[in-house]
Amino acid sequence: MSLEEQELAHLKSKIKRNPTPTEIQIVAAEWSEHCSYKSSKKHLKMLPMTGPLVISEKGYDSGVLDVGDGYVVTVHIESHNHPSAVEPYGGAATGVGGVIRDILSAGTRPIAIFDGLRFGNIQKDQQARWLFKNAVSGIADYGNCLGIPTIGGEVEFDDCYENYALVDVAAIGFGKKERLIKNHANVGDVVVLLGGSTGRDGIGGSQFASDSLETEDRSAVQIPDPFIEKLIIEAILEARDAKLIHAMKDLGGGGLSCAISETADTLSIGIELDVNTIHTREPGMHPNEIMTSESQERMLIITSKSKLKKLQDICKKFSIKCSMIGVVKSNKMMHVKKGKKTFANLPTEIVANAPLLDRPSKKPRYLEKIKSDEKIKTPSNLSSVLLKLIGCPNIASRHWVYGQYDHEVGIRTVTKPGRDASVLRLDNEKFLSAKIDGNPKHCYLDPREGAIGCFEEACRNVVCTGATPIGMVDHLQFGNPEDPEIFWTFLESLKGLTDYAKEFKIPCVGGKVSFYNETPKGPIKPTPLIGVLGLIEKKNPQQEKISENDVLIIIGNTKNELGGSEYYEYIHNFIGGKCPAVDFHSSKQNMQFVLDAIKKNLVKQAHDCSKGGLAIAISELCIWNDIGCNVSINEVPSEKMTDDRILFSESHSRYLLVLDQKNLKEIENLLRTSKIPFGIIGKFKGDQMVFEKNKSVIDLRVDKAQKTWMNSLREMILHA
Amino acid sequence: MKVGVIVFPGSNCDRDMFHVLTDVFNLKAQYFWHEKGLPKDLDAIVLPGGFSYGDRLRAGVIAAHSPVIKDVKKMAEKGTPVLGVCNGFQVLVESGLLPGVLLKNTSLNFMCQWTNLIVENNSTPFTNKLKLHQKIPIPIANGEGRYYVDESTLKQLKKKNQIVFRYEETVNGSLDKIAGVCNEDGNVVGMMPHPERATEPEINPIDHKPSSLIFESLIQKIGVKN
Repeated sequence: MSLEEQELAHLKSKIKRNPTPTEIQIVAAEWSEHCSYKSSKKHLKMLPMTGPLVISEKGYDSGVLDVGDGYVVTVHIESHNHPSAVEPYGGAATGVGGVIRDILSAGTRPIAIFDGLRFGNIQKDQQARWLFKNAVSGIADYGNCLGIPTIGGEVEFDDCYENYALVDVAAIGFGKKERLIKNHANVGDVVVLLGGSTGRDGIGGSQFASDSLETEDRSAVQIPDPFIEKLIIEAILEARDAKLIHAMKDLGGGGLSCAISETADTLSIGIELDVNTIHTREPGMHPNEIMTSESQERMLIITSKSKLKKLQDICKKFSIKCSMIGVVKSNKMMHVKKGKKTFANLPTEIVANAPLLDRPSKKPRYLEKIKSDEKIKTPSNLSSVLLKLIGCPNIASRHWVYGQYDHEVGIRTVTKPGRDASVLRLDNEKFLSAKIDGNPKHCYLDPREGAIGCFEEACRNVVCTGATPIGMVDHLQFGNPEDPEIFWTFLESLKGLTDYAKEFKIPCVGGKVSFYNETPKGPIKPTPLIGVLGLIEKKNPQQEKISENDVLIIIGNTKNELGGSEYYEYIHNFIGGKCPAVDFHSSKQNMQFVLDAIKKNLVKQAHDCSKGGLAIAISELCIWNDIGCNVSINEVPSEKMTDDRILFSESHSRYLLVLDQKNLKEIENLLRTSKIPFGIIGKFKGDQMVFEKNKSVIDLRVDKAQKTWMNSLREMILHA
Repeated sequence: MKVGVIVFPGSNCDRDMFHVLTDVFNLKAQYFWHEKGLPKDLDAIVLPGGFSYGDRLRAGVIAAHSPVIKDVKKMAEKGTPVLGVCNGFQVLVESGLLPGVLLKNTSLNFMCQWTNLIVENNSTPFTNKLKLHQKIPIPIANGEGRYYVDESTLKQLKKKNQIVFRYEETVNGSLDKIAGVCNEDGNVVGMMPHPERATEPEINPIDHKPSSLIFESLIQKIGVKN
């Protein structure tokens, strides 16, 4: 690992001398794309990051939102794509570990994990199955051991991830506002490294993640130890309560190099450290290795000399190592010594601020050649099409996945995984709803509309639980940014997200950019992933079960925009057409209506219409509630198009509402007054799902659908 | 009336259990770190779930050698009610306070799901308010939860009424669908499912009352609420 030529020249001109080999390693780690965001930083500023609930403090690795009554929620998202593609178990597990420490470093207790997993085609690709199985095990073993529930996420398969894996992990924390760590340091304070030992694993991990995956560099993958992480969590929260922490930072990408330089730069201090004082896993480690090792389960803490003893006592109680590795200076230098010998001595401002790039961008040629979908023909048997979709890898139940995650520990999980969004109860009688969503199939056809769609979908999911969106996190995953066409797709997605966030006043409270996601066959499809948090004010969000004669309403327009739909791609094996676009006006109106209707207790259940379209959304309601439904396609407000398109279009801003007959009049009146397109499309009864238009178009038994939906993913993994 | 909640390095249901004991059932509870001895005036002891020592070597085996276990044994002998949940159950079998072992589930996976328990013995301090064969909807969350004993021990367990809970259906391959057992005296009970996750209506989608009876049984046994 090394610096690029022009970066080395830049460094030399700044420090006016030749850097030492250790200095080059430190700077190379910090200036990697992964740590410095050098390609994206200039552009990320466009996202709105403030709002009435946002609390920003110096040096936080996670976003903080005020949820009232003296409580805060923290949130962060990270990916561990490169490591997971090589060693899925360890890569996914350490992905969980890293994001949990970001939550911890603000001084909040982690209370939930979400995971977004993407792999190649598991139906034909054995390696994709292997990656999937092991990534799930890695997340399960790590999160379960910590006692932090993994309460939601998504799993998607697409040919563009062949030989590769996207493993995104988001985490949520909760705590008292007054206990947040207000990062600060005084000259003479001591710098402490706490937790696991520093070893030769994960060396150069951040640079490994900043390049295309051409060689399987396993030594760049970190080794997980959830037990130590659990001890660190408890020790740090105890130290927080005893007010022993002045400043804190997780050791993630770039290891000590980044943690030291970023902390010092943020707090405008200098740090002098002696690598001899660092507890290492093996003897004889060179300062270069120590400074760039990405060994897991380590935290950097700054405290005063007088508090050090108490901190060490807490660490002793939990049998975790705690080394005093350095002191805080006033000179704003990062000074690395081994005994008396200096190995690096650099201004922290230079290390922590990589020269930013202005990458060129150009509209990709492939977008000009997107195929028209005019020739797609309606299949003769739509019942079998629906059943096939119910069992398709991107739609079937994820029970096999979340059944391996302890999603109940912490006794906060009100709405369990597998529904629109998961809901946690907070200590102030409010509820937090959260969801992550991505859609590379849409984003490939239109990076801007696709990204907005992901954002709206996550909002819709949260809204269906009765929660008002209060913040978002984004994780932008693309191929090599040096390719102007890829960089264009990044910019388009970012612009789309920015427009939606501004219009809806949903602040971006955290995020991550991951470039160089390339497979042997080329770049992945643009894969922005959006996480949305919503807040429910003191109302139990548990939904009522559907019973006979309940009414089904759809609100929102169904449009002829099936590009990137599961129907086109899975049933017709067709990539093309126009991807769904969000109309901001309807989006806002429909969202507000659903929230109001839930607040007024007019609906039994609300469900979002997304992947697989209307037919899948209705099937899910029937499957979950073990009841049939008679649906009239004529009543669906839609553009003029064939039945299959109405049933499987993935148009946005649509919600299904289930209500008791007695509330129908009131809902109807409210919808008419607000001029929202809607249709009273069905009635729940019996044990068949029937979709009719003059005559029956689809007729499927619920128990048959249930069986397919429940078992198909597991069957594909275990018996393919 | 005071309940001790034992905390091992890696316990992770200790806070949930504490919340249920104190906030839901108004009991007085206190945490005890595994290195400490227990005061003699405890009225009951709970070993909560989690991953003590990261499940290293075998679930519960290292914790079973903690200093605190000596005191748990002494108090158990004197008849103090002791409840081990999930990893707490694993610690109790590993320390010899309860018979049997807990093996990896037949699925070879960690399993988190809601299931039904059937009460088989309603004379323990944790089941005296439940009806025999009463159904309890409750979540399980474990990787090593498959109960096993040899044939002669199983006969003994049946004879001495030591099987406290069975699963309604085969869940993880447990011998005879056993989900919880007690010692011969009946005061030490271990169970794999998590009653502390099922006593509040907000988080229990089915029915929180049966699980609540587990704690109400304890209150009945050790006396009035304070």
